[in-house]
Amino acid sequence: MTTFKTTFIASVFWPRLKRNRMAMAGLIVVLLLFVVSLMAPFLTPYEPSAINAWDVLQPPSWKHWFGTDELGRDVLTRVLFGARISLKVGFVAVGIAVFLGTLVGLVAGYYGGWVDSLLMRCVDIMLCFPSFFLILAVIAFLNPSIWIIMAVIGLTGWMGVARLVRAEVLAIREMDYVMAARCIGCSDLRIILRHILPNALSPVLVAATLGVAGAILTESALSFLGIGVQPPTPSWGNILTSGKDYIEFAWWLSLFPGKAILVTVLAYNLLGEGIRDALDPRTMK
Amino acid sequence: MTSYLLKRIAMLVPLMLGITLITFAVIHLAPGEPVDMQMAMNPKVGKEARERLTKFYGLDKPLHEQYFSWLGKLAKLDLGRSFSSDNRPVLDKIKERLPITLSLNLVALIIEFGLAIPIGVLAAVKRDTILDKGITVVVFLGFAVPTFWLALLLMYFFGVRLNWLPISGLHTLGYESYSWLGRLWDLTKHLILPICVASFGSFAGVSRYMRSAMLQVISQDYITTARAKGLSERVVIWKHALRNALLPLITLLGFSIPGLIGGSVIFETIFAIPGMGQLFYQGVMSRDYPMVMGILVIGAFLTLLGNLIADISYALADPRIRQQ
Repeated sequence: MTTFKTTFIASVFWPRLKRNRMAMAGLIVVLLLFVVSLMAPFLTPYEPSAINAWDVLQPPSWKHWFGTDELGRDVLTRVLFGARISLKVGFVAVGIAVFLGTLVGLVAGYYGGWVDSLLMRCVDIMLCFPSFFLILAVIAFLNPSIWIIMAVIGLTGWMGVARLVRAEVLAIREMDYVMAARCIGCSDLRIILRHILPNALSPVLVAATLGVAGAILTESALSFLGIGVQPPTPSWGNILTSGKDYIEFAWWLSLFPGKAILVTVLAYNLLGEGIRDALDPRTMK
Repeated sequence: MTSYLLKRIAMLVPLMLGITLITFAVIHLAPGEPVDMQMAMNPKVGKEARERLTKFYGLDKPLHEQYFSWLGKLAKLDLGRSFSSDNRPVLDKIKERLPITLSLNLVALIIEFGLAIPIGVLAAVKRDTILDKGITVVVFLGFAVPTFWLALLLMYFFGVRLNWLPISGLHTLGYESYSWLGRLWDLTKHLILPICVASFGSFAGVSRYMRSAMLQVISQDYITTARAKGLSERVVIWKHALRNALLPLITLLGFSIPGLIGGSVIFETIFAIPGMGQLFYQGVMSRDYPMVMGILVIGAFLTLLGNLIADISYALADPRIRQQ
């Protein structure tokens, strides 16, 4: 099993992904963002929250490449540090959504019957709520902190994964190797974890990659509306809030953080689509 | 067909109950007494409001009793009174705002689908040409642009830089003195940017979906048959293929409703449009709980209704289901 998986990645998946130039561009940007968020303090001479009354709302210059904001803080520095927040939110929220969705999908698909009906009706109900409304409502009841935002984005985003995993499990459940595992007396848990789960993971990988992009967009929208990451912690969304307030005088406050979101989300989407194509047996040659 | 409809409508009851359960769970999410926590966090909620809240939700009673009494009130369309200074019933406030949000979204939806369908078809028909690649690039950019950022850019460019379009509200000050044509023009000018932003939201998704649906249909045998019997390519694509590719789009339409309603929070807040999204945002910011819960329930019910309509239209449009 393991040897097959390694061979598959080395001889099919990776070469196919490597041939897709857009996906590789996405991957490079994704890796660069990791480096940027790890190295942020070393890439800039400024502190993200250092207020400087002499340099308020300066346009981009050699001293401040992306200009300064209404408190004289360096926008480039804040965008670099904002990458940390975005990546953290993206990964933790998607981690929660994938864990929950996979769990629900596995249980619903494997056991079928009333368990399946009940869980899938829960999915239907959750899908009725405009997710942005649900997120806002929860945050209205709890004080917004980055952990709550990550949890709420994750808890409102698992339904798609659950449906995907369930559909995979329904097909895999009928395979001969599952029957064989059952015949030699494997427990349900072992069958689910060792035989079904590994084979149901490829659509999850795609959904997770695209999900990171979605979570980053949601976090930035929340922070933009002032209910996400709270200042002075920089986030791409809350820099854009000042961008809106000073739109008539300081275009750079709106332009750069927005571009950062655009490039990041685009990179994750391209990578996700690339992974989907590379894993799709219908396009195998 | 009738039995399908009946089954579909019967399913609404458990789904609605589920919606109310989740909404109810949201207020009890917070540790400790919701009322106490509110008091601690928000000094704006006075003693009187606190008593009203305790009484309305019956917070001194056990949980299940609280739920059923709230459900009973909901069944009578009693959503409680807003905490804001006007203290009006939540339902009345929603009724005022809802038509604005709905009509805005409807116009946006028509524009979005009206553009996305032909573009998706074109990309599928001209597969792997420069045109298809160009469309794909635009679509990917569309997926990645945050709508609120697009709104900011449009505001800056058309509102501030060129000064062509107003950037907030629905009317110019003193519009009452205009003729009806003037008023209409005034309203249109105010709506151009918000509608652009609203319809941009899922434009990329719809055109991408249309492209793959068309690609699937084009490879079917009946398309080869249509071509073989000598029909012109125009008829094959726009009549035989498009009709079949449009079917799944009806379901997509149903699915896009929650996104549209949720998205209205963003563009209504940015452009200061007095719709339900703005009302919800204000409710969240001032911790107006009856308002937040009311809109949450109504928003979910609207989605449920939209999905039902989409499913029924699908059944009506697909002869295979219609004749069953």
